[in-house]
Amino acid sequence: MSLTRSFPPEHFVSTDPFDPDATVAAGSIVSERYAKASQAKLIWWRFLRHKVAVVSLVFLALAYLSILFVEFLAPYAQSTRNTDFIFAPPQQVHFVHDGAFVAPFVYPLDYQLDLDTLQRTYSEDTSRPLPLRFFCSGDAYAFWGLVEAETHLVCPPEGGTLFLLGSDRLGRDMLSRILYGARISLTIGLVGVTLSFILGITIGGLAGYFGGWVDSVVQRVTEILRSIPELPLWLALSAALPVTWSPLLVYFGITLILALLDWPGLARAVRSKLFALREEDFVTAAEMLGASPRRIIARHLLPNFMSHLIASASLSIPTMILAETALSFLGLGLRPPITSWGVLLSEAQNIEAVALYPWLLLPMVPVVLTVLAFSFVGDGLRDAIDPYQH
Amino acid sequence: MIRYLAGRLVTMAFTLIVISVLVFVIIQLPPGDYLTSYIAEIRAQGIDVTVDKIAFLREQYGLDKPLWEQYLVWVTGLLHGDLGYSFEYNQPVADVVGERMPMTLLLNAATVLFIYLVSFPIGIYSATHQYSWGDHGLSFIGFLGLATPNFLLALILLYLANVWFGTSIGGLMDPEYIDAPWSLDKAASVASHLWVPVLVIGTAGTAGMIRRLRANLLDELNRQYVVTARAKGLSERRLLFKYPLRMALNPFIADLGNLLPQIVSGSVIISAVMSLPTTGPMLLASLRSQDMYLAGSFLMFLAVLTVVGMFVSDVLLALLDPRIRLGARA
Repeated sequence: MSLTRSFPPEHFVSTDPFDPDATVAAGSIVSERYAKASQAKLIWWRFLRHKVAVVSLVFLALAYLSILFVEFLAPYAQSTRNTDFIFAPPQQVHFVHDGAFVAPFVYPLDYQLDLDTLQRTYSEDTSRPLPLRFFCSGDAYAFWGLVEAETHLVCPPEGGTLFLLGSDRLGRDMLSRILYGARISLTIGLVGVTLSFILGITIGGLAGYFGGWVDSVVQRVTEILRSIPELPLWLALSAALPVTWSPLLVYFGITLILALLDWPGLARAVRSKLFALREEDFVTAAEMLGASPRRIIARHLLPNFMSHLIASASLSIPTMILAETALSFLGLGLRPPITSWGVLLSEAQNIEAVALYPWLLLPMVPVVLTVLAFSFVGDGLRDAIDPYQH
Repeated sequence: MIRYLAGRLVTMAFTLIVISVLVFVIIQLPPGDYLTSYIAEIRAQGIDVTVDKIAFLREQYGLDKPLWEQYLVWVTGLLHGDLGYSFEYNQPVADVVGERMPMTLLLNAATVLFIYLVSFPIGIYSATHQYSWGDHGLSFIGFLGLATPNFLLALILLYLANVWFGTSIGGLMDPEYIDAPWSLDKAASVASHLWVPVLVIGTAGTAGMIRRLRANLLDELNRQYVVTARAKGLSERRLLFKYPLRMALNPFIADLGNLLPQIVSGSVIISAVMSLPTTGPMLLASLRSQDMYLAGSFLMFLAVLTVVGMFVSDVLLALLDPRIRLGARA
């Protein structure tokens, strides 16, 4: 007998011989699990049916896990400059040298300087395979800015380089920079959404629960915020961040701007949901029984629309990630030395750079993947939460 | 209905006043003003600027007055149709913006047309052929379109055009036509350059529109009145066009509100990347150099368009959809 996780449970016929003395039929164990499952569990089961969303969720989990260990995963430190290898193309990892299998290795890079265009043309010296080193000591770093260490998952070979995704105009390894950039780019959406969540729930909740003049003030404010054209407002606000601010302050400034423009939508959703729910019988019943407003909001109202809010938040994270990328690309968002995907992409701003060194565009791959993943997870969640869909 | 309209108009006026204060404050936020950077620039060129001269310039630009007075001057000017004076271009703001307006309008009108023409049939196809291969494929492309920042799409297209055709497709026309008077050749050159920015700017909008149209239409197609109509033997085409499609059209009309400011502001980022002669790059530059009247008046202009656009789309929605009209009355 298999306890399938499918939802709703499949039609089940037990193949066991009929036992008239049994008190519980074998099949009922499956349906009992279903009948007794909590709301969260039901949502989770429905979510699991959305295959793409599950894959996306796993991808996101891995991505967020990786930003904890960036220093260890990246082959180079964040700002190691290999001045001999500027704009080096991506190097390939080979396994077979002279028809024989060797451990994973790369060939060393050589370059000729074209004296007319001052451009470097790189070539691989295929006579010397340089095996990669694993769990090795390379560039020194301070893990989380605290613990001094120099162990990396993979290091460039002795006397060679390892630019799996090429290098930039200062000879910095693109792969390492992308990994470090994930730290900023992936968290900026989360922090922004958290801020906008707090603002939206508090303000929308007040408006929806108390109604009256509180509601009309909130309504007016959100209307005004929504009727200012979004993109120019972003630009204006980010241009207003003082140049003298430290990178960390700029980071919080940007998240705050993103959140400031995001919360009105959320507040409106919370408000209208509260308005609808306030009239429900179970709220009247709770009021009759003498429950305080706080208890009614927290115990009876919030759980009813929290799931919707989470779904809509997961859909607004990608917008924030894209916004940060665009702002940084224009030079109005984060600035070096902060490394985010948008900052990396701002190096690929003109067509000459893109035509000569196309690998400078590679940071867009993680941007697109993350945004796609968040959209799929958000979609899956929204479908899973909607109890009337099936 | 008249009461509703009057109420909306009063709210609009109030909204605009608040926005004007907000815009003015935002523009004044960065430390210093245009003159500070201007003087620094002159000094860097080795020309000495006396204190008297600075004071004179400050007075001439009205930068010596307190902020609220500057605000009042600006707003009164706006009400009289005077958008102020651009420090950087040394021209009235109206002229600077007006110069770039025709191209901006052309580009964005073309984009809007593109979005509607492409998303409409695809949305209908996706909804009527739900979960078919065509639907899945189109949805996936739509997701990609939403997930790719469009300035990157612009870069990729520029790159591909460079690799495949060896030409630069930036700008809106071939360089030799830029200052030339209008002719058939110039128009042809514009037409051959226009498709790239239209495609790039339109992708995200198209993807979003397809998704919304598909979702709305699917909701309608599952309604009982559709089942009834089908049971009564109505042809599929008539079944689709008679009611469900009309219901699903709401997002197109609701979008009109965003359309007006979009048509004018253009997509700032794309225009900057592709160096298009539209108002987008101008806005960016003016924000950077604190050219306050240019930036402020243009932002205000956009806000007016947004508010008016929202008003128009609300009225249109009320006219077209009796549910909203009756709901508003009740």
